[in-house]
Amino acid sequence: MTPSPRAQIVDWATEIYEDLEFTVVREWLDAQPGRKAAGFLPVYAPKEVIHAAGMLPVGIHGNGAIEIIRGDAYYQSYICHLPRSVVELAESNRLDFLSAALFPSTCDVIRNLSGMWQIMFPDMYVRYMHLPQVADPVLGAQFWQRELNVIREGLGQVAGTTVGDDQLRASIGIYNEVREVIGQLYALRSKQPWKVPTEELYLLMRAGEVVAPEVFMDQARAYLAAAENSDERIKDRTRVIIVGSFCEQPPLGLIKTIERAGCYIVDDDFLAGNRFMTKAVPTAGDPAANLATTFTSSAVKTSVLYEPDPKGKKSLMQERAAAARADGIIFCAASFCDPALLDRPMLREGAEAAGIPCIAFKFAENSGQFQQFREQAGTFSDSIKLWGDAS
Amino acid sequence: MSDKEMRNAQKDESMIIQKEMIAEHYKRLERAPETKEPVVYTFVPGNLTELIRSFGCLPVLPEINALQSGMRGKSREYIAEAEKRGHSEDVCTYVKCDIGMAMAGNIGPTGTKLPKPDLLLLSYTGCYTFMKWFELLREEYDCPCVFLHVPYQGEGEIEPEHREYMVKQIKDEVIPALEKISGNKYDEEALKERLRLSVQAEDDLVWVLQSAMQKPSPIDAYFGAVYYVGPIFSAFRGTEEGVNYYKALRREVQGRLDAGLGPVAPKGPMAEEKYRIVVEGPPNWTHFREFWQMFADEGAVVVASTYSKVGGTYDFGFRHNPDDPLGTMGDYCAGCYTNHNLPGRIDMLCQYLKDYEADGFLINSVKSCNSFSAGQLMMLREVEKRTGLPGGFIESDLVDPRYFSAANIKNRLESYFQMVEARRSSSAQKGMSA
Repeated sequence: MTPSPRAQIVDWATEIYEDLEFTVVREWLDAQPGRKAAGFLPVYAPKEVIHAAGMLPVGIHGNGAIEIIRGDAYYQSYICHLPRSVVELAESNRLDFLSAALFPSTCDVIRNLSGMWQIMFPDMYVRYMHLPQVADPVLGAQFWQRELNVIREGLGQVAGTTVGDDQLRASIGIYNEVREVIGQLYALRSKQPWKVPTEELYLLMRAGEVVAPEVFMDQARAYLAAAENSDERIKDRTRVIIVGSFCEQPPLGLIKTIERAGCYIVDDDFLAGNRFMTKAVPTAGDPAANLATTFTSSAVKTSVLYEPDPKGKKSLMQERAAAARADGIIFCAASFCDPALLDRPMLREGAEAAGIPCIAFKFAENSGQFQQFREQAGTFSDSIKLWGDAS
Repeated sequence: MSDKEMRNAQKDESMIIQKEMIAEHYKRLERAPETKEPVVYTFVPGNLTELIRSFGCLPVLPEINALQSGMRGKSREYIAEAEKRGHSEDVCTYVKCDIGMAMAGNIGPTGTKLPKPDLLLLSYTGCYTFMKWFELLREEYDCPCVFLHVPYQGEGEIEPEHREYMVKQIKDEVIPALEKISGNKYDEEALKERLRLSVQAEDDLVWVLQSAMQKPSPIDAYFGAVYYVGPIFSAFRGTEEGVNYYKALRREVQGRLDAGLGPVAPKGPMAEEKYRIVVEGPPNWTHFREFWQMFADEGAVVVASTYSKVGGTYDFGFRHNPDDPLGTMGDYCAGCYTNHNLPGRIDMLCQYLKDYEADGFLINSVKSCNSFSAGQLMMLREVEKRTGLPGGFIESDLVDPRYFSAANIKNRLESYFQMVEARRSSSAQKGMSA
């Protein structure tokens, strides 16, 4: 029997997700002489600039399935797992297709990895990206615009071209469409999560990190149409938000486990970089300035950016729970993840003060045992169903 | 070493002077609610002490409080308190120690109560955790927080636009915030005068640190330097007290140099300088003197360290420039050690090994600090490769005593020094046969 179009999309995404050799990237590069790829680490990178240079943006998110042989020689036991698998991928030549790598200011581990990369790959274009942190949006935008232009020039040199305004505007237009379709998928899942299992949505998003945006949009739109027409019926499950998995990604098994334990995931932080700007970027005018001002005026509230509003941390979970009509929050951070774990007490306190039930656990991208998560998530879901209204 | 021996450990004269300065500062802090002197909490790397002082404000450095709590044996209970409140066991123990201390009444290192901050000056320099730390403290104290974004030296230099960005923030954000809490207008002449005092202290500090190039070294540039950098990294840069302290310290070290004496370790003056070592990474504070004595027992003197540069890399030439008061503060912030990229840190270690004619280097990797620790294993290999000198790797933590295993560290140190000895013998033999 031929799989349904939707199942074919999920199979396509799964194959890309499981492929440690990045075949889809290599095929894209081989399809035309002179093509180049630029990698970026989590959480946020300006894919528009990479795309405008004619390069393929490739999300480097590590991989829990890879056997770590060399990566552990670079990191002590008390550092998160993500950089180990990234180094493992690099040292095993699985990332040898990269001509450039961008390291955003997510945390000190990724920051220091940028320096390691400079040493490991002295001929590669490597740039540490300072996301604008200041409360003043004008100053922040000026700063970020200049950073974007530095990256634009650097990538242009790698690609052997000058990245003109028109090219950048065109790429902004494409990524506005990407953001829009991702927004539609997330909105549908929030509204009717039984139609969009997070396991599938996640695989699709993960594929979107390594394929050309045009390819991703075709698949995402087809999936969206199929999901909207799905006749899947609602089940008695608890609506939860997963918070804290924005950098190191949880194993797919963990996402499945949470859902199968009786939860609908109605909002999450997975691969947060693809939804980092919550508004479309204007396509008229100076494109770098537009990217910068859209960033400073509409960046999602996250642990990797300074929160200037003193009440911001406390109110964030309440706002997200209200927007997603969530019954509870699962704080699900990678072990040793400074941004997520340092934020957690503030976020949780705010959530609990608003009467939102919460649980917390930690994972590593290579976690292989899910029984404890199943028990915790199942008990959490049951307790909300049984006593949720009592509070 | 027993507790009694530790308490009776010998102290240099400068240590006594410093103790008095700090005691006075904390007394002043305790009185601040009555005297109405505004209190500004800020961090050691990228601290703007001269600016803070020029407004008549008093600085408080939470890392210093945390490390002092570690040294006084208080950090275990503070950390436990913070963890009970939901702070993860995985994160920085300085943060948890500080929060635990606040919850326990905010009694500072000298036993006096610390005032609440009137302002949190979040100088975001070289450490991601700083941002979260002050977001957490803002919740704790319900006070304003001003943010100074100091770009990292990802390309190994301070980019001119980054400098301009910092200056704008100091001018448009930091100064107005200080004006507001102090009620005083920005006085550039007062700031310049403080910066002139800073330069004097910086000159003397560098002289002291570089005295370790002599053989034997009159100082320990890691354990001893922790005391030497204390005033300049904290509340006393740009003050007369700071200048006088460094003059006294310099005289003292000159005296030891003239007498051909080595450093004073916890159990007393070191008789022999058997090994000259460079150290990367912060020390452990909960067992500080025990840790130091392990080196001293082996005849190992630390001749240069990177930790003593977290509050400024003066020995590479930086001095505050009174003629460009805001620009120089930007340069200062961006130049602090942990704001340098990994290749820059490796260069620095290699330079120290050469300039100080060291026998090898040790990395003390602390669990709490990803800013320091992430990448240190690569640094170890790169420095060994470039210098041919032996490197050692030990692990502990800043202020969580659960992560200090004395037996393990002692074993590793003994093995390491045996390796240095073996290399030395082998080199000597080669030299003889050549």
